[in-house]
Amino acid sequence: MSVATESPAPRNYEVVPKTSPEGSELDGELLEVAMGPQHPSTHGVFRMDVVLDGETVVKLKPVFGYLHRNHEKIAENTSYLGSMPYTDRLDYFCSLTNNWAYALAVEKLAGLQVPERAEFIRVITAELTRLQNHTSVCGFLLQDMGALGTPLMYAFREREKILDLFESLTGARMMCNYMRFGGCRCDLPPGWLDRVRKIVGDFPQFLDSYEALLNTNEILLARTQGVGRLPRELAISAGVTGPMLRACGVDYDIRKVDHYGIYDRFEFRIPLGEQGDVYDRYMIRLLEIRESLKILQQALKEVPGGPIIDPKAKLRSFRPKVGEAYGRIEGPKGELGFYLISDGSPNPYRYRVRPPSLINLTILEDMCLGQSVADAVVTLGSVDIVLGEVDR
Amino acid sequence: MESLEQIKIRLEAAVPGAKLEILPNESPSGQHSLLLDNAHAVALARFLRDDAQLRFDYCSNMTGVDWPDTEITSKVKVKKVIDGVEKEVDEVTKTARPGFLEGVYHLYSMAMKHGPLILRLRTGNRKDQVQLPSFTPVWRSCEFQEREVYDLFGVVFDGHPDLRRILMWDEFRDHPMRKDYSEPDDYEYEPTPHDDVLEKSKRHQAAKGTL
Repeated sequence: MSVATESPAPRNYEVVPKTSPEGSELDGELLEVAMGPQHPSTHGVFRMDVVLDGETVVKLKPVFGYLHRNHEKIAENTSYLGSMPYTDRLDYFCSLTNNWAYALAVEKLAGLQVPERAEFIRVITAELTRLQNHTSVCGFLLQDMGALGTPLMYAFREREKILDLFESLTGARMMCNYMRFGGCRCDLPPGWLDRVRKIVGDFPQFLDSYEALLNTNEILLARTQGVGRLPRELAISAGVTGPMLRACGVDYDIRKVDHYGIYDRFEFRIPLGEQGDVYDRYMIRLLEIRESLKILQQALKEVPGGPIIDPKAKLRSFRPKVGEAYGRIEGPKGELGFYLISDGSPNPYRYRVRPPSLINLTILEDMCLGQSVADAVVTLGSVDIVLGEVDR
Repeated sequence: MESLEQIKIRLEAAVPGAKLEILPNESPSGQHSLLLDNAHAVALARFLRDDAQLRFDYCSNMTGVDWPDTEITSKVKVKKVIDGVEKEVDEVTKTARPGFLEGVYHLYSMAMKHGPLILRLRTGNRKDQVQLPSFTPVWRSCEFQEREVYDLFGVVFDGHPDLRRILMWDEFRDHPMRKDYSEPDDYEYEPTPHDDVLEKSKRHQAAKGTL
């Protein structure tokens, strides 16, 4: 038996050219990367075709349509009420605000009045939706930066408490299908308001600990400050709405501008940013949670009794007169609008969703150019998109 | 905000030769719209954006509407002499309206906090004159929304910087949001078709001549 005693020859590795003052042979070569559609940082089936020079983004084209099911065409072949459960699936984080936007547009189209009690229930459910959306988005943003688990799970723990409230009110955690034209579907279960009061009372304590954990974190500051800057004029021209617009310092909140529902009765402020970078967007969302808590505390004091739906509103064989209407609300992601044209038949002739997530992506390339790929991921995370709404 | 009539008068003064029309909306929303002529549309849009009193700096919503060829029936009461007696008779007139595609824009002002002002543009027909001027150079928010209208309705926007399909894939042929759209024959073989699938398979086989 012979045993090899020689030591193995050293392997001949190919020498990678190193960058020298004269430059290397790899300089100037651009790399095309398709980020997504199956990429955890794109929050769903969304693709960014990125062209990189080294690590710097020189071109970025968003590609949509992976979740497209032509929601608008389906709604044009369904009765007005039949589309209500389908609006839940647009932005599946915030089904109650989607319901409200659609109900508001139909109420404008048909001239329906909403009873006082229903208006209060709408405000309470919409602000609870905003609470859980903003806390989760901050968690997702931290997740994109590598804070795996902890912040997101803390946010989800609080979100689950709010979803329990939705479940006892509507029967579903996320697909609520709760609002109707001229009111709401069912009255509050006994003791529900007390449960909301408890959660709203406990929330500031959670928020304090969340902010103490994260706001001054060195990695968070380094990864967000000065990243994904959006100039104010571009934001207005590109139709950016919601917390992203207010982070650029534009004072525009549809709750204050349109006074839809009963928002003119509550006292709350509009937090505004200065730099328009990712850190401002993150902070604006946390500050908006505090303002939502203020609205909730005021609304919970004085929920009146009475009917929850306009007795004149018809659910079956509902045929609005010929005409059109555009109704919009301040959703957690931005301006959510519905544009309806009626030709007097039971189905809408034209049904259009104005999706805030899609339009906020218009300036994604402008925000990412000249940054590194890792910052592009953070910038996308700060836009807060839900692909059910982007692709419809 | 100024009334729609005032805006119309000021627009006609600012852009000579522009033809404008107010389209009334009978629904309780009362959102009437302004029909622009395509030749002067971009100049009118720029005036609306830059005018110190209007300042519509924010184009919130842009969408398309498909209006196929229809017959409009209108009843007019006409006095007629029948058998020597004057009577009021309903006279039904039918007028054929050629179809067109429409672009609808909802404008708001973030600076002045007013709105909406609704603009409409109409194409010549639905087949070969489907061009509309693009408002993307005026309001950047139209970029993706005009691409969507191009994709789903087939309106071609002149002056759009990057007019490609956005939701459907590039090889797709038709425009799904048109009222006369019929879905393509994408039947795949199934061993035991039933109900809707059976109907679909029959149609597919009839089209191929293998039934």
